Amino acid sequence: MYNAEKIDIAVIGGGHAGCEAALAAARLGMETILFAISLDSIAMMPCNPSIGGSSKGHLVREIDALGGEMGRNIDKTYIQTKMLNTGKGPAVYSLRAQADKNRYHEEMKHTLENTPHLRIRQAEIVEIRMEDGHVTGVVTAGGALYGCKAVVLCMGTYMKSRCLTGDCITESGPNNLMPATKLSQCLRDMGIRLFRFKTGTPARMNRNSLDFSKMQPQYGDAEIVPFSFENTAEGIAREQVPCWLTYTNEKTHQVIRENLHRSPLFGGLIEGTGPRYCPSIEDKVVRFADKERHQLFVEPEGENTEEMYIQGMSSSLPEDVQIAMYRTIPGLEHCEITRFAYAIEYDCIDATQLKLSLEFKDYPGLFSAGQFNGSSGYEEAAAQGLMGGINAVRYIQGEEPIILQRSDGYIGVLIDDLISKGSKEPYRMMTSRAEFRLLLRQDNADQRLTPIGYRIGLVDEKRYQALLEKQRLTAEEIQRVKGWNLSPAKEVLEVLAQYGSSPIQTGVKLADLIKRPELDYVKLAPLDPQRPALPAAVQEQVNIQIKYEGYISQQIKQVEQFQKLENRLLPEEIDYERIQGLRLEARQKLNAIRPRSIGHASRITGVSPADISVLLIYLEQQKRRG
Amino acid sequence: MLQQANALDDIIAAISTPLGSGGIGIVRMSGEGCIALADTLFRGKKKLTEKASHTLSYGVFTDREKGEVIDEVLVSVMKAPHTYTKEDIVEVNCHGGLLVTQRVLQAVLQAGARLAEPGEFTKRAFLNGRIDLTQAEAVIDLIQSKTELSRQAAVYQLEGRLKKAVRQMREEILDMIASIEAVIDYPDYDIEEETYRDMEQRAQEMLKRMEQLLAGADRGKILREGLKTVILGKPNVGKSSLLNWFLEEERAIVTDIPGTTRDTVEEYINIDGIPVKIVDTAGIRETGDVVERMGVEKSKQYAQQADLILMMLDASRPLEAEDKEILELIRGKHSIVLLNKSDLQQQLSAAELETFVSKEQIRSVSVKENTGFDTVIDAIKIMFYHGQRTMTDEILLGNTRHQHALFAAKEAMERCLTTIRTRMPEDFISMDLQDASRALGEITGDVTDEEIIDRIFTKFCLGK
Repeated sequence: MYNAEKIDIAVIGGGHAGCEAALAAARLGMETILFAISLDSIAMMPCNPSIGGSSKGHLVREIDALGGEMGRNIDKTYIQTKMLNTGKGPAVYSLRAQADKNRYHEEMKHTLENTPHLRIRQAEIVEIRMEDGHVTGVVTAGGALYGCKAVVLCMGTYMKSRCLTGDCITESGPNNLMPATKLSQCLRDMGIRLFRFKTGTPARMNRNSLDFSKMQPQYGDAEIVPFSFENTAEGIAREQVPCWLTYTNEKTHQVIRENLHRSPLFGGLIEGTGPRYCPSIEDKVVRFADKERHQLFVEPEGENTEEMYIQGMSSSLPEDVQIAMYRTIPGLEHCEITRFAYAIEYDCIDATQLKLSLEFKDYPGLFSAGQFNGSSGYEEAAAQGLMGGINAVRYIQGEEPIILQRSDGYIGVLIDDLISKGSKEPYRMMTSRAEFRLLLRQDNADQRLTPIGYRIGLVDEKRYQALLEKQRLTAEEIQRVKGWNLSPAKEVLEVLAQYGSSPIQTGVKLADLIKRPELDYVKLAPLDPQRPALPAAVQEQVNIQIKYEGYISQQIKQVEQFQKLENRLLPEEIDYERIQGLRLEARQKLNAIRPRSIGHASRITGVSPADISVLLIYLEQQKRRG
Repeated sequence: MLQQANALDDIIAAISTPLGSGGIGIVRMSGEGCIALADTLFRGKKKLTEKASHTLSYGVFTDREKGEVIDEVLVSVMKAPHTYTKEDIVEVNCHGGLLVTQRVLQAVLQAGARLAEPGEFTKRAFLNGRIDLTQAEAVIDLIQSKTELSRQAAVYQLEGRLKKAVRQMREEILDMIASIEAVIDYPDYDIEEETYRDMEQRAQEMLKRMEQLLAGADRGKILREGLKTVILGKPNVGKSSLLNWFLEEERAIVTDIPGTTRDTVEEYINIDGIPVKIVDTAGIRETGDVVERMGVEKSKQYAQQADLILMMLDASRPLEAEDKEILELIRGKHSIVLLNKSDLQQQLSAAELETFVSKEQIRSVSVKENTGFDTVIDAIKIMFYHGQRTMTDEILLGNTRHQHALFAAKEAMERCLTTIRTRMPEDFISMDLQDASRALGEITGDVTDEEIIDRIFTKFCLGK
């Protein structure tokens, strides 16, 4: 062992969480090193070649609004983009982009390399050093001791991971990379509880072996929307590439059924808990036996590669079964598999050991983020990485941590869920998890979070001023539109008729017409001669804020109620065992999780409204005694 | 989706007098803004907000939704901080007995107050520093025990039809939500989407069931609207005497709700806590003769809508065709046959009537001698209490709670229908449905939370 050097923050892992954590820390002025087992795996996408999608797109927007990197990086490297759910309501509009995986990795690595205060090192960390109860350093497999004040664990799925294809089991991380074999034991020795989770990925195939005439092309949107609020559509415009749709059939299912006994999943070889939302094809065939076909998307992995990703068909069946089953599918009859599908098992932590800041409750200076916390998905990982990085900095600086509430953003929902409930399976973000989702739209992530990013120091003055200007323009225009009157004149009635909207009898406000489902702000432009020229983003805000005003204000009221309880903080040192009147289950849960606030406590499974009353009374007692 | 604990400073309301005993009932409200809230329902010389603290005001209390006067009331206004809870407090003293007190409570709940949890006034008193520290543990006990009691009451009450019906509705609503959410979270998947027409039909069906449940919540409905009672009988058989007896026995409630037509004039009487609403008292008084004035057709109509039918017969005369027609009407219904003129020579035997009604339903009375009415009262009580002598507070409390939740669910469902009909995007339909399922969950004690997500993955085959 030798003393390498002293830094501020060590980030362990170079995946999506590690990159955001390291960038945030370095950008806030901390001397930071990101350690990864292989620097070729920085920002690697070992599974689907896309960023965003329902609710995940929200996360990327929020990361960007706070000053994170994911949005900018995908804008540089996308090869197709689509706004999903456009007919389902503004809250659930979701942006998704197909990524060029190699370029995504290259661009991110390049950004890391050129960020002041940040360095990257290829090394496996085998030990976390603690002294006097707090973090003091990390040790590499090569025997280097790096002294540091805080550590962010971002090991993803590398911890004691093993990959399974049939009865072929390899001790390996994703994509045949080296696993991290020693750190798990070190964490266990420290007293940290670990779970074993499982996930999987489908096969990759050579494009030249596929027959696309038997599949349906899936194109991107003609009008693109950038992920980053800093970018414009024109600024990132490019030629897009299609994905392809095909289906399994009865023959496929027959091959699978006949070989189920050879699956490690059904044969009992896999002990990890797999996610319901990431079922292998054998899972799907067994659980939904009636379904005659399952859809598959064939997606390019990038532009400078012929490899294609078969979305919808992850598997851990043996190689010969995989070949047989994929070749039953229209267009895949002669497929050449370049990488076989596999299931992967890995160690992760019970996230209820963390505070909402992502710091371990019992280990000051030790933070944890990403898939290692029991989540799944690149976006979920990146969001946690960003918050972990920010809070590691604040820990060193002696500042209060930044904690996003459930009413602030999907990031708040994600972390609150992970920490209060503790996942039993890898946690995937979903729009239905966000109770205030009408306020947490992807279009207003900047308004919600950029002021916070600015306050932290991750968003610069220029971007912040641009936001204030956008808000000013929006507010002014809303006021103007609310005051603009229309009479039942001929030209008005004509425009209404054009959109199948019922004629007006008396004078109405323009705003009231915008509220009609069949109309919107843009459609009514011909009736609004004094309308100023406004950026598209402002027009969008005006439209949404007027159109859904009633629903929005109803949700704002719910948030106000919610926040009253969130703002009643519970001191960290409470011993719940000693509070009279709490039920036994509640005592145990509260002691284990140690919630931050009364609101937080109310979301813990096993804590009843009566227990909450008892807590309130206890708080009051303490206040008076104090 | 969250199991929301109640707020600490919203307006809470509850009946603070024991129910079921008649006489004066007090509805108490506490919380900032409760005086202004009371002003929206109270009509008196002066606005309550303009009154000094710890004063009593006379006026009438109205139902904002219907705009009707509910009762003459005395309202005490007590301003923070010198009150029991250290918050603003309003107490509405009604003298109309159970029904009226319930209606006043309903009115304030509809105006935005929330039904108080058991022990919640005391809890606030403590939290706001009104009660001494040493009493803290007693408060905890109170909360715990009362919650336990009401939970037991709830379990007891809901074993049966109501719980099952509500569960079922909630299940269906969750299915609808899951269908919408699955498509939202997995936009690429070939999930069969429900059409707006399908959703409208399901929502409408659901709304109808909620309305039926609300209407049929037996005692709940009776407590809210009164036991709708009709007095039938031929001319001069003694109907108005019966009515007068009811009214004169100090049972009368001052409430007399004038409607737009004479037909809707109704009067409430209080029979040991059971609010009895007598239909068409005006008709009885004016002509003394419902059947003559309206004919059998109208009687049929009344009989169909009534919760209770009191039929008067002249025992000194034999049954006529017209009597038989009415008796035919009341067969199988909650009814009591009063044989008047029991003091005279009897031409009519109970045996003759038993082909239409059971023995227990027949009572002999004499209007002239003023005898036998007490046995009628007993018969009504037996019918209403199902043999139980008293009603416990817990059951009534539970009822109001469930009614309130069901009402909230119904309102959410109405909003949902509008959302569907105006072709708002699915997200908004889901929002309304989630409100409805949350409200129903309060009755069954289920929390939505992970349920929708579980359902999405059980129902649909999704994922990479």
